[in-house]
Amino acid sequence: MSADAEDAGRRTTAGSGGTEPSADAGVGAGPDAGSGAGVGHGASAGAGPRGADAGTGAGAVAGDWPLWEVFVRSRRGLSHVHAGSLHAPDAAMALRNARDLYTRRQEGVSVWVVPSTAVTASSPDEKDPFFAPAADKPYRHPTFYELPEGVRNL
Amino acid sequence: MPETIIERGSRSGAESGSGPRTGTGAPAAAAQAAATPGTAPETAFEAKIAADERIEPRDWMPDAYRATLVRQIAQHAHSEIIGMQPEANWLTRAPSLRRKAILLAKVQDEAGHGLYLYSAAETLGTGRDELLDKLHAGRQKYSSIFNYPTLTWADVGAIGWLVDGAAIINQVPLCRCSYGPYARAMVRICKEESFHQRQGYELLHTLAHGTPEQHAMAQDAIDRWWWPSLMMFGPPDDESAHSAQSMAWKIKRHSNDELRQRFVDICVPQAEILGLTLPDPDLKWNEDRGQHDFGAIDWSEFKEVLRGNGPCNEQRIGRRRQAHEDGAWVRDAAAAYAAKRALGAAGPGEAAA
Amino acid sequence: MSAAPDPATADLATAGALALGDDALVLSHRLAEWTGHAPVLEEDVALANIALDLLGQARTLLSLVGDEDELAFLREERAFRNVQLVEQPNGDFAHTIARQLYFSVYQELLYGQLAAGGEAAPLAPLAAKAVKEVAYHRDHAEQWTLRLGDGTETSHARMRAGLDGLWRYTGELFRPVEGLAVDWAALEAAWLETVGGVLERATLTLPEGPRATGWSAGAGRAGVHTEPFGRMLAEMQHLHRSHPGASW
Repeated sequence: MSADAEDAGRRTTAGSGGTEPSADAGVGAGPDAGSGAGVGHGASAGAGPRGADAGTGAGAVAGDWPLWEVFVRSRRGLSHVHAGSLHAPDAAMALRNARDLYTRRQEGVSVWVVPSTAVTASSPDEKDPFFAPAADKPYRHPTFYELPEGVRNL
Repeated sequence: MPETIIERGSRSGAESGSGPRTGTGAPAAAAQAAATPGTAPETAFEAKIAADERIEPRDWMPDAYRATLVRQIAQHAHSEIIGMQPEANWLTRAPSLRRKAILLAKVQDEAGHGLYLYSAAETLGTGRDELLDKLHAGRQKYSSIFNYPTLTWADVGAIGWLVDGAAIINQVPLCRCSYGPYARAMVRICKEESFHQRQGYELLHTLAHGTPEQHAMAQDAIDRWWWPSLMMFGPPDDESAHSAQSMAWKIKRHSNDELRQRFVDICVPQAEILGLTLPDPDLKWNEDRGQHDFGAIDWSEFKEVLRGNGPCNEQRIGRRRQAHEDGAWVRDAAAAYAAKRALGAAGPGEAAA
Repeated sequence: MSAAPDPATADLATAGALALGDDALVLSHRLAEWTGHAPVLEEDVALANIALDLLGQARTLLSLVGDEDELAFLREERAFRNVQLVEQPNGDFAHTIARQLYFSVYQELLYGQLAAGGEAAPLAPLAAKAVKEVAYHRDHAEQWTLRLGDGTETSHARMRAGLDGLWRYTGELFRPVEGLAVDWAALEAAWLETVGGVLERATLTLPEGPRATGWSAGAGRAGVHTEPFGRMLAEMQHLHRSHPGASW
């Protein structure tokens, strides 16, 4: 019944194997929300002006909690893969919400959360200058090279 | 290098997730404004659809495509969230601890699925708060099925078997929907929901084979939930306002009537094994068509419920609005705490607390 | 675990399992009542996770005593051995967080001691598994205590009220439970230190006033409960009791 879904799931996972933010430690660390100074920065950036207002006095409208992107390592030896997003007031809560939301069925052994606003993405409009130049460099692939008959272990 | 692109490009933000939310402008707004039908972006969009490629958040897309998706994904997300209520109604009365754990896990999944879907909607530039506001104000809809009450424990089984069963038939094709984030959310949801329908069927099977009172309870639930479940597939094809365009855009892959027929054909043998009767005297196998014929659906009831006159419309929305309002001070507190920490980080001397 | 448990020891273990099982069962029920009403959807998911952990613990513990469903659905109010703290009705979110903080710190320390008891202790394997779950519950309560305590004036006041209102039910936590090999005095000292530490970071202080009254000191463990508990059980048990002997 859900064969379609299963199949699509595998494709999705396979296709997004390598999305690795470079800051391994920086993002993953920070379980201690109370003392995480850097952590608060991320939250405030995401919250925008309305979020910042909230701290200035009682009754201020806190607005929407900022959005975070969630990356889950499904098991040791694999990369973290983008799983989705969620709202949280700060990084510590984002991490916990991510655990509850994206690893309910033992989907993960490690979780990263990143403020959505901290992700810089290439633009689809610039797709060609970005990615097309790689297309005409087949010499980067081993299949480009012809080997004499009988050569082994190369 | 990416920085250069971002400066020249239409916007910054996460590809898959959502980037800047409402207020900073809809994603790819600049690119979109520049595009008119017949120009390159339009052609590229059509080509991707034709080639069965996925549209991703930062791609150019027609305004109407974006609007259709936001409407559909929001309605879907709202349905998950409102759909928690009829089942949560029995959480505190579940008759065994095993059933209680199953039901709690299921209702929890529904909150999770709502969240996945709101995330998908946010990639289109519409924030969750905005969508919730529209739900609370009655300006966006959710599936009418959740405006029916759960009167007995057997209703929990009927929701699992029939309502989730119908939802799965609707949802499986959405895993191949042309919009990437929606399709990916649906893949996750379909995988997780595979237990939802089974637990409902198992629950009904136990009742149907239990005491006479339990059997009667199960039959009564099927009698009440069968027709509303058929209505879940939406109006007949010739009256469906959005169907044709959605099919062309590959947001939708099968027509309402096609999916409804599939559902009936699947349910009939399952009902036989349950030992329960589907409440339709006209239901019978049609040898020529190789499908079941079934009786006429009372669309006036469907329209009434849609119009807000179902048994639980006000109660459902009232509950949701109440929870949101009651939680405002909590959300404010967490935001204030985060802001204080951010302030503290900016300058140690200025720590707010 | 062992081949032939000494009957006397087994009875004692049963009493301990019943007390801890009832705690988990009742608190799980109260948390499940939040479903659909949480301040934000993410919290619906989080509270349900905690409720499910507790329900799992309850089922394991009650199964050591007898049939889990008979125990949950067919016992009278006076036969329940849970502390009064866990049966208190949900107030606002701060009230629930205060209850979670008090109870999860207690449960983590208690399971920690039981897990350290080694193979001889009948509940050690269960405690070893549960202590990891409970550590997460404690963390959840702690994170929210910090945010509500040091959030806005409103949230601070509500958190204060929640902590104060439940304080009188915390003394009972440290009344020795038959069959549990626990150093209760050490447990109490560690509990006060941990809760006090969290509250201090949350710009709050430990409430003043008695931690137990004549009606709450050890009463739940002896089967004397508060009025709302009877109504909770009436709701929880009604369907099961309406169909004697039925399977579900």
